[in-house]
Amino acid sequence: MSSLTVTDEQVSATKAKVIQPVWVRVMHWTNAFAMILMILSGWQIYNASPLFGFSFPREYTLGGWLGGALLWHFAAMWLLMINGLAYLVTGFASGRFAKKLLPITPSGVLHDVRAALTFKLGHDDLSVYNYVQRTLYAGIIVVGVLIVLSGLSMWKPVQLHWLVTLFGDYPTARYVHFFCMAAICAFLVVHVLLALLVPKSLRAMIIGR
Amino acid sequence: MAKRSFLIPGVDKRLLIKDSLKVMPDLTRRRFIAGGASLGALTLLTGCDVVDSSSAEALLTKISKFNDAVQDFIFNPDALAPTFPESAITKPFPFNAYYDLDDAPDVDADDWKLEVRGLVDVKKSWTLQELYKLPQVTQITRHICVEGWSAIGSWTGTPLRDFLKLVGADTRAKYVWFQCADKDGYNSPLDMRTALHPQTQMTFKYANEILPRAYGFPMKIRVPTKLGFKNPKYVISMEVTNDYKGGYWEDQGYNSYSGS
Repeated sequence: MSSLTVTDEQVSATKAKVIQPVWVRVMHWTNAFAMILMILSGWQIYNASPLFGFSFPREYTLGGWLGGALLWHFAAMWLLMINGLAYLVTGFASGRFAKKLLPITPSGVLHDVRAALTFKLGHDDLSVYNYVQRTLYAGIIVVGVLIVLSGLSMWKPVQLHWLVTLFGDYPTARYVHFFCMAAICAFLVVHVLLALLVPKSLRAMIIGR
Repeated sequence: MAKRSFLIPGVDKRLLIKDSLKVMPDLTRRRFIAGGASLGALTLLTGCDVVDSSSAEALLTKISKFNDAVQDFIFNPDALAPTFPESAITKPFPFNAYYDLDDAPDVDADDWKLEVRGLVDVKKSWTLQELYKLPQVTQITRHICVEGWSAIGSWTGTPLRDFLKLVGADTRAKYVWFQCADKDGYNSPLDMRTALHPQTQMTFKYANEILPRAYGFPMKIRVPTKLGFKNPKYVISMEVTNDYKGGYWEDQGYNSYSGS
């Protein structure tokens, strides 16, 4: 092997294996907090005029009534948007997205999905994401962007009518917003479950290694 | 944190609130919960009992005022709400209020007058026949409710900015404040820039027919750049003013600007 490999190993050894840098950890937990506020207040808002034949149990909603939920939703949105924007900028600028999430190849995804379903997908090296992780993490970033854009469309359908046009019309933006929420909730279930199954990944997101 | 004085020592606050909610009429209940800002999930989430805390509520109110300013900043007075063909009209257009249709104001057209007061040159009360003589335009726009649903309707009436000009309103004033005939006295403030928006309308007709009782006879204010609750129905007076006089829903916690 070339000397370059040796240098890489030396660097990673001296840096004491920091898996999640500070900015990732701060933004991750800020996002988690903001996202939970958005989801719980969003459920209360949904209940005011349900899109489907069900409502969310009141115990799992935030705000007490529609007006209270809207106050929460339109307060937490700032935290979610500013943090999310900072994450996107830092993720692209630092090269972390390119390094951690790419490439995503169909064969790689198929291989790792099969491995995951037969419980053969290892997590030996936390600093390298497997193809299932890459797909889910890149996918949830796209969903995050979509939920903010559809949310902005519903908040300002006249001032941002060009954005509404992107989704078709106002009612469609509402459905997009709902299904993005559903996707995030589904992600959350899998994400939390896996973090509990592989506790060292949770530790890395708290103390960095 | 100081406990509220009405709480009895040894009584579970949450149960007490739950019980008292049951005996409250719906409207009082809403206001009460609005005052408490949040229940249930947030208590679980943060581990602290925010029912007693006015700090969360104060912060949310502050952010809502900040949101008013942001919305005023991004409001483009030339941006028009999208318009639709007649085929897109929602049928039937929903009746929506905090009361049943049976309790909607039943206004006698002969007795009704629109009182115009405040910072205007012509302070007078207008009869319906006088108002019907003003030039009218039709718009087919989407009405968006704060609850999330929306419906497309056809409204015909006089642009409010033309009327404000006619009565010599001081358009540098901050608000046009509307009072209505709804029970409990519905009212709502409209910022002047929105009042002067070309699509803001004193509406006298729905679907080319005299405005029916369900939609606000004899006059509603159609504001396609605002949420539905800022489109007052059964209007009986308008006041041009620099004072923020509050509104029926605004006072209970809905964001005051609520622009679209």
